[in-house]
Amino acid sequence: MSPTSAALTTAADTHGFLSPTGVEIAFLLVGLVTFGAALVTVTTRQLVHAALWLVATLGGLAVEYLLLTAEFIAWVQVLIYVGSVVVLLLFGLMLTKAPIGRSPDADSGNRWAALTVALAAAATLIWVVVDAFRTTWIDLEGPAAGSTKATGESLFQNWVLPFEGLSVLLLAALVGAIVLSRQAKETAADGPGTGCRSGNRTEAGAPSATGVPAPAATEPGAPSEKESR
Amino acid sequence: MNDALDVSLRLLIVFVVFLTFPLIIGQTEHKVMAHMQGRLGPMYAGGFHGWAQLVADGVKFAQKEDIVPTGADRRIFQLAPAVALLPYLLVLLAIPIGPGEGAVGEVIDAGIFFVLAVMGVGVLGSLMAGWASANKFSLLGGLRTAAQLLAYELPMLLAAASVAMAAGTVSLPGILDAFEWWWLPWQIVGAIVFFVAGLAELQRPPFDMPVADSEIIFGAYTEYTGLRFALFLLAEYAGIVVLCGLTTVLFLGGWHGPWGADGLGWVWTLLKAAALAFIVIWLRVTYPRLREDQLQKLSWTLLVPLSLAQIALTGIVKVVIQ
Repeated sequence: MSPTSAALTTAADTHGFLSPTGVEIAFLLVGLVTFGAALVTVTTRQLVHAALWLVATLGGLAVEYLLLTAEFIAWVQVLIYVGSVVVLLLFGLMLTKAPIGRSPDADSGNRWAALTVALAAAATLIWVVVDAFRTTWIDLEGPAAGSTKATGESLFQNWVLPFEGLSVLLLAALVGAIVLSRQAKETAADGPGTGCRSGNRTEAGAPSATGVPAPAATEPGAPSEKESR
Repeated sequence: MNDALDVSLRLLIVFVVFLTFPLIIGQTEHKVMAHMQGRLGPMYAGGFHGWAQLVADGVKFAQKEDIVPTGADRRIFQLAPAVALLPYLLVLLAIPIGPGEGAVGEVIDAGIFFVLAVMGVGVLGSLMAGWASANKFSLLGGLRTAAQLLAYELPMLLAAASVAMAAGTVSLPGILDAFEWWWLPWQIVGAIVFFVAGLAELQRPPFDMPVADSEIIFGAYTEYTGLRFALFLLAEYAGIVVLCGLTTVLFLGGWHGPWGADGLGWVWTLLKAAALAFIVIWLRVTYPRLREDQLQKLSWTLLVPLSLAQIALTGIVKVVIQ
């Protein structure tokens, strides 16, 4: 949220701070709500609540994209992040022991290091965005600058190389994930007959967190984990 | 003033459709299932062939006590039915039933992405219900729901992408404007993949593993009673309306028909959607439930390759006819 709002306020110098339009006010309010939801996501002690607050955060970002007329990006944001990534997260949380109520071990000793890294990353992003879009002003009144047509044209005319590079990167990640999960399977199969079962369960749990679609393999582990609770 | 009136009228109509169409499908399901299984079905409520059975069911649900289990996560447990139901209301806004601006709740530029994105959010309701109930059957149901969604989201998206490629647009009215009759055989594989994947996403039989009553009682909804349970059921039927409407718009040509397409386009849309809804009910009566591994296998080894083949075919034909 913060990088874009910073760009907005810088750009607002040319258009005046004192007469914000309705869209700008809505943008800032939604930004504040998104920021609040993000803070709760990382501070709450209840694991599943954190995942659900993440839904609110990502949804808030989608609304920000909508307000900037980037309709296509907004729906893709909902489709990929809310519809798939958070579902995967919840799936992982349900496979492990995600108790109802507070998790005493949900806190990390690394929190100051994490905070430092987060602040540094935010500062870098804000600096880059402010530097890049110093006086650019998005014209919200004219034809939508972020419509599907405009996004597609700029993506496949000006930014084809980064697009293809990203595709190759994702493909490599996918192949890597498959290789990792197959190796885990083989080592489990090599083990002795009785030890195989418990080994299989812990090994099978790992790939689901990395995004490998192997829910059928991880499913049998769930009931026994739940009963031992 | 006129604009505000226009918008509120559209919202009102969509809301009324949202409240009545799922009930009509529910009543049809009662009757069609009864006929297919050689029995009567509900016959007493309301006098004529039990037409008021769903109203009676609604009254029964409203009277029941609203129970939240002691161990449950109260707020999430209570919020889940709304999260499951509301996305379908939003999706209905974007489905055009006739040509022109007047026959759609709201024209959305990236319509396909909007409907698929928002439909995916509805599953979060089942996951929240499954986790927050503090019941192992609910949790298992939630897990199965998530596994099923992850498997079937991909073929559904790919099949929809094929139509978008064919039409050269991702707007739902735009796709219908570009529709020609020969798209029907051209996109038939994509249509079947989309419909089957949609059924799986709605957890309708034969893909009702997440709510398999003989194994895990009622999956994620086991602990729900009264109105909240009714909302989950309503979400399922609203989902049928949305899925049939979407399949009609994307693959069956929506308001296009052999004749009468000018003024009566919306009749065609409704007829096609109703025929699809009948098939949904028919499948429920006909096929046994798929096992979890069969579910995953069907998606990853059959539907995903088929939808990829459909995309390749769409691309080839598209290049050839240009």
